[in-house]
Amino acid sequence: MQIAARRLDQVTIFDITGHIDLANSPELRKVLLKELRETKTPRVILNLTGVRYIDSSGVASLVEGLKAARDQGLRFILYGLSPSAREVLQLSRLIKIFEVFDNEQQALA
Amino acid sequence: MHNRGLLLDLTLVSDPQLLCVVRAAIERLTEVSGFSPPECRSITRAVDEAMANVMRHAYGGSPDKRIDVSCKRISGMVNGVHREGLEIELLDQGLPFDQKKLTARSLDEVKPGGLGLHFIRDSMDVMEHSHKNGVNRLRLVKYFSADGKGQKPQGE
Repeated sequence: MQIAARRLDQVTIFDITGHIDLANSPELRKVLLKELRETKTPRVILNLTGVRYIDSSGVASLVEGLKAARDQGLRFILYGLSPSAREVLQLSRLIKIFEVFDNEQQALA
Repeated sequence: MHNRGLLLDLTLVSDPQLLCVVRAAIERLTEVSGFSPPECRSITRAVDEAMANVMRHAYGGSPDKRIDVSCKRISGMVNGVHREGLEIELLDQGLPFDQKKLTARSLDEVKPGGLGLHFIRDSMDVMEHSHKNGVNRLRLVKYFSADGKGQKPQGE
């Protein structure tokens, strides 16, 4: 998994590529919580276009990010979900709690 | 040794970095076995989550313990109907399964964690576990759909 950050005005977009699993989900969690709890960027967007697989530990990291965002009154947005990533969020019934968009333009609107 | 139906036999250490290797193998195996793309993803997810559970819970995060994964084609009568399927068996020598932890959490709760078991149960037709002579055995089975898909292995 690779994570690259793009910082715009009041928005940070994390471009994530690869697989999110037990081997690297702690790193994702750390990056998200730092951005949300310390930097407190008003809108944090995850570009998941390049993510082919997310396991339950990855989903847990996303839920922790969402909870941290809510605690701080920030927005936490996902876009570009692959079929596998969408299935996992649907299976866990968590897709309805996230703000999910198809593309970056929608996520930034 | 009786290996009838054996398709794949892997031995690996309990290092999470190797999960992607197992996923790649299972995904390809399910593809050539004739499962549909959603079924391939589903079976791969189940095996990945089961492996992760062994690494985290049975071995407590130690990355150098042994895990055996075998996959075989099976057939037989299920509820009076002849079915064919893929059986995946995971063996480890870690801590025994904790029955209390084998209860998947409610999906109505919004909290991190506890989803892996739910994913496995949702994906597979059979999930059985046992602990004997210090070995944990997890048996997962996915049957081919009744419309005949996947009845024969398919090549490239």
